[in-house]
Amino acid sequence: MSYSVTESSSRQKWIAGTLVILYAVITLVPLGWIMITGFKTPPDSISYPPKVFFEPSVEGYVNLFTTRTRVSKETLESLPPPTNFAEEIVRNREMVIAGPSKFGQRFMNSVIIGFGSTFLSVFLGTLAAYAFSRFKIPLADDLLFFILSTRMMPPIAVAIPIFLMYRNLGLSDTHLGMILLYTAVNISLAVWLLKGFIDEIPREYEDAALIDGYTRFQAFYKVVLPQAATGIASTAIFCLIFSWNEYAFAVLLTSGTAQTAPPFIPTIIGVGGLDWPAVAAGATLFLIPVMIFTIMLRKHLLRGITFGAVRK
Amino acid sequence: MAEVLLKNVSKSFGADIALDDVTMTIPDGAFVVLLGPTGAGKTTTLRLISGLEKLDQGEISIGGRVVNEETPAQRDVAMVFQQYSLYPHLSVRDNLAFPLRSPMLKTPEAEIERKIAEVASVLQISDKLDNKATKLSGGEMQRVSIGRALVRNPSIYLMDEPLSSLDAKLRTELRVELKRIQATLGATLLYVTHDQIEAMTMATHVGVLNHGRLVQFGSPREIYENPNSVYVASRLGLPRINILPAELFGLTGNGAAQIGMRPEQIRQGSGQPAEVIRVEHLGDQTRLHLKLQGYDITTLVDPHVTYDVGSNISIEPNDPLFFDDSGNRIF
Repeated sequence: MSYSVTESSSRQKWIAGTLVILYAVITLVPLGWIMITGFKTPPDSISYPPKVFFEPSVEGYVNLFTTRTRVSKETLESLPPPTNFAEEIVRNREMVIAGPSKFGQRFMNSVIIGFGSTFLSVFLGTLAAYAFSRFKIPLADDLLFFILSTRMMPPIAVAIPIFLMYRNLGLSDTHLGMILLYTAVNISLAVWLLKGFIDEIPREYEDAALIDGYTRFQAFYKVVLPQAATGIASTAIFCLIFSWNEYAFAVLLTSGTAQTAPPFIPTIIGVGGLDWPAVAAGATLFLIPVMIFTIMLRKHLLRGITFGAVRK
Repeated sequence: MAEVLLKNVSKSFGADIALDDVTMTIPDGAFVVLLGPTGAGKTTTLRLISGLEKLDQGEISIGGRVVNEETPAQRDVAMVFQQYSLYPHLSVRDNLAFPLRSPMLKTPEAEIERKIAEVASVLQISDKLDNKATKLSGGEMQRVSIGRALVRNPSIYLMDEPLSSLDAKLRTELRVELKRIQATLGATLLYVTHDQIEAMTMATHVGVLNHGRLVQFGSPREIYENPNSVYVASRLGLPRINILPAELFGLTGNGAAQIGMRPEQIRQGSGQPAEVIRVEHLGDQTRLHLKLQGYDITTLVDPHVTYDVGSNISIEPNDPLFFDDSGNRIF
């Protein structure tokens, strides 16, 4: 191993720092805009020129989580005074809360399907990658190519066959159906990424563990898996981002029970005009799980685990 | 500890023959050193005994039990790899405890603590126990690697050039320590090395491998004094044995084509004239590099006598070894 160790000058550091900050600003401004839009009132959200300073309101969040009905002034006045802040906000717009919206349930669907398919992809991917990396498998190269080939066309190209197949199998609009579908799309990425990581882990560790009195599976579990943590974490993040954001199949294959948040959030627009704060509130909440997941796994992404332990 | 038997053991990797019909007995309590250049089959022998590789042919038994079909764990062997393969995600302490915590041994924690403390003090790593394995120097890693074998009490210790990456001082210390441990425990050891001093000082038996064949097996003195071929003769001895055409000194009488003279088997004063090419003063000895009819010869001389480069001295063989055309010894 050789490293070129050159001390970067303060000028270089300054330029690099500026570029990083600039890039961060460019990527974070739209996100920030979405987040503040969620706290605007509907008139503020569409005012021109756009308002940067405004009086914050949770109307977007109230609208996101409720369905509302417009009522006449007389009816409104005949009602008992509002019992909570949500009702007060809604009545100011001459409406009453008719019930909860489906956002909570759709959000849960996203969590179940997103994390379910991520777990399954990484679990199966790790086992398959380990097998491809360590054992002599007949036609291994062809099998790996076949696995990769599932990524060679956009998944939506097979939407119609999958739609028909799912209808016949009764998998349309089910959690299981969506988990299987996203796993099928993600597994090729998982196998290839993880194979790369596991190939990097020297076999000597397993040899040593086998001689130290462990079985092949125990050696895998106790020695290979901890060292593959970096690869597993980054693979999991990629898989989660795909299945969390996936829109086309979700529109096509889900409509109720298993509908995820991405196809649901745009439908908010249709309810009582262009309710941008509610859409922005939905998008903000939708971002949070992936953000938390990525931050949780961040230290694994940065850590080079096998560094220096085997003499090259 | 146990006796280990290899019976007609063969192993190929594709077209490469790694071991070819090797039969060898490693007696209980013996310290057997395997010698041979890279690719001679030394490491393969260790991997076959440990069970990391499967035999193509033959039989391996440990303590009278045929182990051909057993997993490495069942064979109860300990191995020190040439590459120090410490588990990088564990501390030094957990690395040493790893074999003791295995499902095969399931040692009580108190016993593990005691064993680790004992081995750590022998290997001078007591102050490093709580370090991460990756935070050690090369020499420390290799000592932990040896320690991971020593915490156990296996049928046989297999060691693949365990001292090669250490500095000279530590190597000497550990050489003595390994020999002491082997003697006090009565441990059986199979040890691969390139180092002549390791082979001569530690071994009770030396096996010489050439292209997967065991060409000679015996005590270190036997291998040094009575090699059965030019190949074996060249494995031990520093400076190396001088191999010359037999007719150079007119010694073709018994059908010999080549003679072998170790540096100390050359007598001065009569015989053939040779030119002094280089003189190396090593303190306790002086090496003389000579040229005789185009052949390079190295000999040892009295450190108090001075020689001039370019001068001529007469030399003759003193009790040389005789070899035939193909390098086999003629007795």
